[in-house]
Amino acid sequence: MENKTGMKEQILRMSGAAVQKCMRCGKCSGTCPSYDEMEYHPHEFVYMVEKGDVEKLLKSESVYKCLTCFACVERCPRGVEPAKVIEAVRLEAIREQGRNHLKPDQIPELLDEETPGQLLMMALRKYAK
Amino acid sequence: MQRIGVFVCHCGTNIAGTVDVKAVAEALGREPSVVTSVDYQYMCSESGQNLIKDAIRDYKLTGVVVCSCSPRMHENTFRKAAAAAGLNPYMVEIANIREQCSWIHKDVAEATEKAIILGRAAIAKVQLNAPLVAGESPVIKRALVIGGGIAGIQTALDIADAGFEVDIVEKQPTIGGKMTQLDKTFPTLDCAACILTPKMVECAQNELINIYSYSEVDAVSGFVGNFSVKIRKKARYVDETKCTGCGLCTEKCPQKKVPNEFNLGMDNRRAVYIPFAQAVPKVATIDADYCTMLKTGKCGVCSKVCTAGAINYKQTDEIVERQYGAIVVATGFNPIKVDKYDEYAYGQSKDVITSLEFERLTNAAGPTSGKLLRPSDGKHPHKIVFIQCVGSRCTPEKGKSYCSKICCMYTAKHAMLTREKYPDTEVYVFYIDVRTPGKNFDEFYRRATEEYGVHYIKGMVGKVSPKADGTLEVQASDLIMNEQLRIDADLVVLAAAIEPDKSARPLATMLTASMDTNDFFTEAHPKLRPVESPTAGIFLSGACQGPKDIPETVSQAGAAAAKVIGLLAKNKLTCNPCVAHSDELLCNGCSQCANVCPYGAITYIEKEFVMPDRSKKIRRVASVNPAVCQGCGACTVTCPSGAMDLHGFSNRQIMAEVDAICK
Repeated sequence: MENKTGMKEQILRMSGAAVQKCMRCGKCSGTCPSYDEMEYHPHEFVYMVEKGDVEKLLKSESVYKCLTCFACVERCPRGVEPAKVIEAVRLEAIREQGRNHLKPDQIPELLDEETPGQLLMMALRKYAK
Repeated sequence: MQRIGVFVCHCGTNIAGTVDVKAVAEALGREPSVVTSVDYQYMCSESGQNLIKDAIRDYKLTGVVVCSCSPRMHENTFRKAAAAAGLNPYMVEIANIREQCSWIHKDVAEATEKAIILGRAAIAKVQLNAPLVAGESPVIKRALVIGGGIAGIQTALDIADAGFEVDIVEKQPTIGGKMTQLDKTFPTLDCAACILTPKMVECAQNELINIYSYSEVDAVSGFVGNFSVKIRKKARYVDETKCTGCGLCTEKCPQKKVPNEFNLGMDNRRAVYIPFAQAVPKVATIDADYCTMLKTGKCGVCSKVCTAGAINYKQTDEIVERQYGAIVVATGFNPIKVDKYDEYAYGQSKDVITSLEFERLTNAAGPTSGKLLRPSDGKHPHKIVFIQCVGSRCTPEKGKSYCSKICCMYTAKHAMLTREKYPDTEVYVFYIDVRTPGKNFDEFYRRATEEYGVHYIKGMVGKVSPKADGTLEVQASDLIMNEQLRIDADLVVLAAAIEPDKSARPLATMLTASMDTNDFFTEAHPKLRPVESPTAGIFLSGACQGPKDIPETVSQAGAAAAKVIGLLAKNKLTCNPCVAHSDELLCNGCSQCANVCPYGAITYIEKEFVMPDRSKKIRRVASVNPAVCQGCGACTVTCPSGAMDLHGFSNRQIMAEVDAICK
């Protein structure tokens, strides 16, 4: 249980998203272009992370189906930012598998003021060798 | 030397649970000038008040300190008790040892110490209190209602019914407001015009009601019982006294391409127009923005056809100044603009409409004569999607943070009426929650699904995409089925959030009435004084105070009228004697106090003074109108020479309190 809470906190911290603001309207899932590809949908990511029910998400292919198009972030009436939650779960999944290609000490040289944290997280997953 | 009595209240366990009240009474009994100090379980009760009254007589008290709850709660109670015992009511001071002490502390020893200090400060203040006598001001027995929608109409009718004069100021050419644009009203489905227009006519016929249509409030001065208001009667280029409302001019006017705001721009009207057939007053108005005669000086058709000779192209705005005892704000609401929600494609397709536009499309007096036709091609829609909460319940960046309250019910009404008139039409309603608190409201919504087969889907629409074939692809989530839906709709109706009318904010400034962050007027107390503004003499009616449906608006309108009648029935008002006054010998005439006064209570006068050498000199000094002053004290802290002071809260008294606390 404690571990579960820890992972939830980690995901919330990485994403910077405010899952507790969600009012369960489902607009994120209504707008999602990859909806039919996903086992768990954007609104479920938000709800399950809020509940601390992260394990199922980590094991699901759904984390790789999100296009990171941010349509849900753009349209969420409550500013919840579901895509950032999914991105954070995806990162967590990759870390769990020990597939963190970029070493933490390589990050500082890539940093500059203009770089959004989100981009860095994506870079960690996509571009390292 | 004062003779002060101290009365420490237990307030049951509210105070006594955290504060050692016996120790407080004992400690304060040792303060200078204190001749008696007692504690009692409920000081505000009858026997508690008698305790104070008896002590005033027995100990010949000249000052009273009550250590109890906030003065907002019971200051008046104790002042009345003191007055009943023959003591000037302004010789009573309250030490707030509940809200500011027992409720916020846990440690008994510390809370007791603080209670003693607060009591000591109040005693120090009473030492310097002087008896004050409240003045009186007359009440002008006429009310002003700003806004002539159903709220303003009902308030005006109720006030007039009590025998008082009422003026209605309405910025549109006719009274009636938003309700005139509605087709049917929930939950009984009676026709809006059938129940509203008789009330409009009643207003016009009532001798005590005077309607200023096509007029706006320009300036407000004065105070409760005695407001002076400048009303701008906008030039309508038609003599209201001559126009018979025959409508000939509106038929002959050659300028036919003016968007008709009554139908929300879905059809056109002429440059000279009467908004709708049952308008009150039924008088034509020339739209100066479109009238060829007013713009180029060439036309004059309306003037030629008018048999009454009512057209006057030279008419100008007229300012009328009237006096009122009370002002009722009934400025109402508007739906928000929905263009900014790109995902709903409101700006991209004519077939995405707002709910108010839907009302016009189903109204017999609307652009389609009540036939539900698609704005784009005039065909019957066979699949309609209603989207709820558009712009409501959002973060401030996305829209309005509140629930607009009326949308669930009118959407159920629209869905139901559509299914009744056009059973071949499929109707979908996407909702987050269906909120139907109200008499017969939930039954009404259930009927929509159970009897009329409206498809209610829990979920939100993510995107509306106009297709080449003229349909609208609605992409939405169904949260119960946990699937994403794609519906090819013919018409999409957006339940837009409602917001206060734009005229409310500048009006609030004129009235010095407070507003919340959404520009709704704030009530004096959210539960116990819901139809009064915190500013004395200003009352609230209808949606200007918060989203409301018609039954609620009418109840509130009646309540506001009752409050106005209560005020106008008085011949004189007792003023608050705790007002500012200026020491003319110290005043240097700098005007800083007049600049900061939020009530306009301070003016400057030229006054003759006899100087020490017996010569005479004219000096400019501040003068406070005690009837307007609310005793806020802004002037006293601003005054650089220390000339301004507040009765009952003098600088000396406040310093004495501070000294007592810091001792």
